[in-house]
Amino acid sequence: MRKRSPPAVAKNVMPLATMETPTETPRPCRAVLSHAAVAESRRWLDRLSSTGSERERAVAELRTLLLRAARFELARRPEIGAEREDLAQQSANDALLAVLGKLGEFRGESRFTTWAYKFALLEAGVKARRRAWHGREVPLEDTTGPLLIDARASAHAPAETTDLLAALRDEINGCLSERQRVVLIAVTLNDVPIDVLSERLGSTRGALYKTLHDARRKLRAALAERGFELDLNGWEES
Amino acid sequence: MTKRGEAERLISRVLGPAGRELTCEQCFAELDRYAELSLAGADADRQVPGMRAHLEGCPACAEDLGSLLALLNEQQQPG
Repeated sequence: MRKRSPPAVAKNVMPLATMETPTETPRPCRAVLSHAAVAESRRWLDRLSSTGSERERAVAELRTLLLRAARFELARRPEIGAEREDLAQQSANDALLAVLGKLGEFRGESRFTTWAYKFALLEAGVKARRRAWHGREVPLEDTTGPLLIDARASAHAPAETTDLLAALRDEINGCLSERQRVVLIAVTLNDVPIDVLSERLGSTRGALYKTLHDARRKLRAALAERGFELDLNGWEES
Repeated sequence: MTKRGEAERLISRVLGPAGRELTCEQCFAELDRYAELSLAGADADRQVPGMRAHLEGCPACAEDLGSLLALLNEQQQPG
């Protein structure tokens, strides 16, 4: 069959992606860490692993650092109003517990402070996303059709794009489980933050992303079965 | 954004990233190392295979990385 010219498409479309731990990970890479940074991280660990007043001081300093990170994250979100400081304090507390509980997991591949910051940023980010959606209905109904045949997308799209959109709509409705369909539509089409969805569905970000990943993989396989060749540069129907 | 671009972007969002990707948990475990490698100008994508693909497919993890980079950048500013 005639091959159509592949349209320019975002580089991240490819069939049959796998969600596995890449085995060729070169590690560790500490080249970017100075001796001073390594020594500083070591000091943090020693102090937090000690006892008595030294540990208390270190924990207090760590909480101050985490609070600074949480405030930074929440300041970037104008949708958060009067409760910003309260969320920052909660985030710092939750992050402090997480960091202290995971000290043994620190591998020294970054500065200790960078490692600790990510816990505060995660806590603050998740809380902010959930707060922003508080009281809002999370659309879980099947809105596949209207969105995928959106007039803006289809009216001016080339034929191969329109064909792919139609096939995609059919496969979303046809080959996915109900759970996969709900997660895929909510996250990729209705812009529901995955942390909000996980709260509503009683799940976790990681579990829902796995569901999303499996759904995408199924769709790619189904589209390949239909003759759509998806690669880094575009797609062709063979 | 052209009309054609909108349709393709929609398809890309639905179908997700190319290649092997990390899980959200693995992404979080690597986030600090990846951020520091990036800021140091090292080839973070080569050092942490699967990270880039995951960040393309997971808006929440990409947001977390953006926040960490922004915080580290701010701390590097003089004053």
